[in-house]
Amino acid sequence: MRSRGRGLGYAVAVVALLTFFLGPFVWQVLTSLWPDDQLGRALPRSLTVGAYASVLGGRPFVRWIANSLAVAAATTALCLLIGTAAGFALAKLEFRGRRLLLGAALAISMFPPIATVSPLYLALRAVGLRDQLAGLVPPYATFALPMTLWILSSFFRQLPDELYQAARVDGCTPLLAFRKVLLPLAAPGLFTTAILVFIFSWNEFLYALTFLSSPEKRTVPVALSLLAGEHKEPWPEIAAASVVATLPLVALTILFQRRIVSGLTAGAVKG
Amino acid sequence: MSRGAPSRGGSLAAERRQAYLLVAPAVAVLAAVALYPIGAALWLSLHRHIVVFHERSFLGFANYRFLLADARFWSALGHTAYFTVVAVSAELALGLPLALILHEARRGRGLLRALVLIPWAIPTVVAAKLWAWLLNPSYGLINRLLGGADINWLGHPVLALHTAIVVDAWKTTPFVAILLLAGLQGIPEDIYRAARVDGASSFRIFRSITLPLLRPALALALLFRTLDALRVFDAIYVLTEGGPANTTETLSLYAYKTLMRAGDFGYGATLSVVTFLCVALAAAALVRGLGRGWEEAR
Repeated sequence: MRSRGRGLGYAVAVVALLTFFLGPFVWQVLTSLWPDDQLGRALPRSLTVGAYASVLGGRPFVRWIANSLAVAAATTALCLLIGTAAGFALAKLEFRGRRLLLGAALAISMFPPIATVSPLYLALRAVGLRDQLAGLVPPYATFALPMTLWILSSFFRQLPDELYQAARVDGCTPLLAFRKVLLPLAAPGLFTTAILVFIFSWNEFLYALTFLSSPEKRTVPVALSLLAGEHKEPWPEIAAASVVATLPLVALTILFQRRIVSGLTAGAVKG
Repeated sequence: MSRGAPSRGGSLAAERRQAYLLVAPAVAVLAAVALYPIGAALWLSLHRHIVVFHERSFLGFANYRFLLADARFWSALGHTAYFTVVAVSAELALGLPLALILHEARRGRGLLRALVLIPWAIPTVVAAKLWAWLLNPSYGLINRLLGGADINWLGHPVLALHTAIVVDAWKTTPFVAILLLAGLQGIPEDIYRAARVDGASSFRIFRSITLPLLRPALALALLFRTLDALRVFDAIYVLTEGGPANTTETLSLYAYKTLMRAGDFGYGATLSVVTFLCVALAAAALVRGLGRGWEEAR
C-alpha cells in the first residue's frame, strides 16, 4: 500500500520532472506565437501566427523540410534494404565472422563523426557529390547502418527457429525461407528500425553542415542553426521554425513510443 | 547454437555461402564509409594539406609533435573531459529517478513515457536554440524567473560550458531513463515481494535489490553516454561556437574549425584522429572497468 505522503512526494516529483523536460518546449511554442514588438513583456498580450507565416512564406523553409525528408527517407530505404538481408544472416545463419561483424558495427556506431569528416569530404568532392543531398546518404549510413543491423538481428533472433527450419525442410533455400516466412513476420521490426533511422537522419548536423554549402540545399537543422545569422535574432521566427521542424518528430514519438523504446533497448539488453 | 538443419552434407557450406552473400553489401558500405575514412584520416594526418591551395606534402609525425605543444588542443581536451564527466554524471543522476517514476506509474505510463521522450526526439540544434532563448540575457525566461537578473549565460567563460552541459542533460537524460526503465522491468516482481514480506524498508529494497540488479543497465547507459558526450559538437556549435574566448571549445569543435574554417586538412585530420583515439581509449577503459565490476558483483 502506498501512503498518502509518498503519493504526494511522487506527484511533486512527476510535476518537477515534467516541467524540466517539457517546459522548454512548451515555452518555445509560446514564443513562436509571441508578437515581435511584445518580446520585452513578461507574457504576450496577444498571440499571432505571423512568425509561422514569415517562416513558411518568406524563406525557402519548405524546401529545407523537403531536403531533410528526402535525405532521411533515402537513408532509411538504403539501410533497410541492405540491413534486412544482413540482419537475417546475423540472426539465423551460421558463418564465420558473425560476432566480429556485430562488434564492428557497434564500434563504428561509436565513431566520432569528426574523425571521418575530412576523408569523406575529399571523397565526396572527388566523385562530385559534395554539396549534393545524395552525397549525405553514404555518410549517414555510418550511424544508421550499425543501428539497423543491431535492431534487426535482435528482432530476427526473437522469431522462432522452428519456422525457418520447417521451411528449409520443406525444400526452401535459406533465401526463399527468409523471404516467404520470416520477412512478413519481421514487418514490425522493420518499421521500428525505419522510425529510428529516420529520426537520427532528420536530426543529423555535422555532416550536413560540412558537406553542403548552397543555402537552398540545407537540411532543417543546418538551416535552423544559421537563421540567426541572417537577421538580427528573430526569436519568434526561430521558435516557429523549430516547432515546424520538430512537430513530425513529436508526432512520431507520441504515436510510436512503444516501438521506439523497444528499438532503443533492442541490442542494449544483451549488453 | 545450432542453426538451420542441414539435411545433406553440402548444405551447411551452401548456407554459409548465402550468409556471406547476404552480409556483403552491409560490410562493403561500412568499410567504405567508416573504415576507409579512418585509415585515410590517419594518412592525411601525416601530411601538410591545405585544400584551397591544392597543397600537399608528406610531413611524417610533425603534426603530432605540433599537437603535443598546442595549448589550444590541451584546453579543448580539458573542456571535453570536463563536459563529459559532469554531463554524464548529471544524466545518470537525473535518469535514475526518472526511470523509477516511469516504472511506478500505474495509469498513463505510455503517455508519460512518450512525453518524456520528446527532448530525445527533437534535433540537438533545436534543443540548443530553445535553451539559448530561455537563457537570453535580456528577454530570456530564466533571467526573468531570477528576478530580472542580467546574467549573460553564454557569454561568461565559466557559465557557458555549464549551459552546454544543461542542454546535453536535458536532451539525453530521457534516453538514459529508457535504458534504465528496461533494466527495472527485467527485475522479477517476486524478489520485491519476498523482501517486503521480510519487512525490508523501501530504501533498503532500493539499495540492496534494485541498485545491484540495475547494474548492467547503468553500466550500459554510462558507456553509451560517455562515448557520445566525448564527441559533442552540435549543441556547443549552436550555443557558443566554442566561445567566449574558446572556453567551450571541445575536440570536435577545434577539429571542425581547423578543417572547415582554416582549410587545414592535415592538422585537422590529426585532431580528428586524436579525438577518435580518445573515444576508443575511453571505450576500452570503460568496457574493462565495467566488465570487472560485473565479475565482482556476481
